[in-house]
Amino acid sequence: MENVIELEDVWVRYGNQTILEAINLELKEPNGLLGIIGPNGGGKTTFLKVLLGLLKPYKGSVKLFGKPPEKSRDLVGYVPQYKGFDFDFPISVWEVVLTGRMSHTGFLKKYSEEDKKAAEEALRTVEMFDLKDRQIGQLSGGQRQRVFIARALATNPKLLLLDEPNSGLDPHMQDELYRLLDRLKHEMAVIMVTHDLSAVSVYVDRIACLNRTLHYHNSKEIPVEDLEATYQCPVELIAHGVPHRVLERHKESS
Amino acid sequence: MFELLQYTFIQNALIAAILASVACGIIGAFVVVKKIVFISGGIAHASFGGVGLGYYLGINPMLGVLPFSLLSALVMGTVSKKSKIPEDSAIGILWSLGMALGVIFVYLTPGYAPDLMTYLFGNILTVPRFDLYLMLVIDIVIVCAVYLFYKEFLSLCFDEEFTTVQGVPTEKLYLFLLCIIALTIVVLIKVVGIILVIALLTIPATLSRKFTNNLKKMMFISIAFGTVISVTGIGLSYALDVPSGATIILVLSLVYGLVAFGMDILESRRVLKG
Repeated sequence: MENVIELEDVWVRYGNQTILEAINLELKEPNGLLGIIGPNGGGKTTFLKVLLGLLKPYKGSVKLFGKPPEKSRDLVGYVPQYKGFDFDFPISVWEVVLTGRMSHTGFLKKYSEEDKKAAEEALRTVEMFDLKDRQIGQLSGGQRQRVFIARALATNPKLLLLDEPNSGLDPHMQDELYRLLDRLKHEMAVIMVTHDLSAVSVYVDRIACLNRTLHYHNSKEIPVEDLEATYQCPVELIAHGVPHRVLERHKESS
Repeated sequence: MFELLQYTFIQNALIAAILASVACGIIGAFVVVKKIVFISGGIAHASFGGVGLGYYLGINPMLGVLPFSLLSALVMGTVSKKSKIPEDSAIGILWSLGMALGVIFVYLTPGYAPDLMTYLFGNILTVPRFDLYLMLVIDIVIVCAVYLFYKEFLSLCFDEEFTTVQGVPTEKLYLFLLCIIALTIVVLIKVVGIILVIALLTIPATLSRKFTNNLKKMMFISIAFGTVISVTGIGLSYALDVPSGATIILVLSLVYGLVAFGMDILESRRVLKG
């Protein structure tokens, strides 16, 4: 069985600034939810772009399912941050989700019956099939988020990448999102990056901290030193209803 | 009124109006939803260099515009994405560079450039037959390209990054879209001129967006608006003896203003009732 992700000494720079430094990560498990937390500007989006092959690291190697990212497009689903989108765009939910099939359909071809079936299934998974003819501007924030997840699922991915999927959602919608991811993680590997510590909820199986460097522990528990190194300030974890997540108080600052 | 249709120049003008409306209806929709109005304006103005080149070489200026506008589309698309200068600055520089080249070429051409103003402000009543054929061929190219690449173009305009992740060569596709915009501009030059091209690319498409949430329908409605309005404009310009290009734009703007205003009123009434 190939590793889902294999990063070896990956460095990314913009000009003189180092965004990612010596990142090593080996993700073997084909299922489960990996939460990557870190402060804003810590390189989380950059990290995802490296995995997607949108950004070439100047040093190091990136492999998904044993192949470079450009060769594994049809195995990866991507849910971008949807802040900058133009929701007035004349496109329906159905058309959006179909675009997630392009890596299968190929150039110059119309979407096949198989493509349409995959899109329908993806929409049913996120319970949005009834609204498939809506223009995307006519949806609530939570519904839009589910449409973008459906677009990623239409690819039939083995790896699902989500960039701050919880931002802009109220607590109730966030909870729905996590329950959806909780179902999906049994069928594929899911990676979610977020700056919101409270988002690291019961559903996450593994956690990594990212702030230029990556601390990965292959477990739910993060040593407080790692969190503090990531956020560069004392951190006290408050996790509602998940007492086992509260690890230890940070030492009284002396 | 109907005896007017017997004149060849009126027939040509009507055919030109339809051909131009097809091109700008389809491509204008992409320009509006992808929000690339400014870069399209840049390509249009830079192609004035091609007009000048045509005069300088003593060929039909339209044949100078064709390669020049394609070239400026490629240069603008590449520079604005790849270089470190902000995209709008890059467009501004190339926009004026093309125009400046045109001015120099025209200056260097011995004698007087007889219908230079036609290229700047358009004159649909003087479109020669050769230009009509050129417009027809370009229209066919545009329709075929959009038919073949519709799903890629739609996805590119909506979410470029995701489209790349799907394995579509988006950089090349974007340059291709800019080239088709350049072709559309060539079609529109005779109708409204370089300076006013941007109005035909944006107004019918923006107007049609108010009536539908579907990009394909937007294109068809936009073609219909463009045809009806430009024919009306031609009629008015003939009747009032004023420049045709500018008249078409004025009618377009007027219709847009009325529709937008009317819809706002309807909307606020609905809100009040609801």
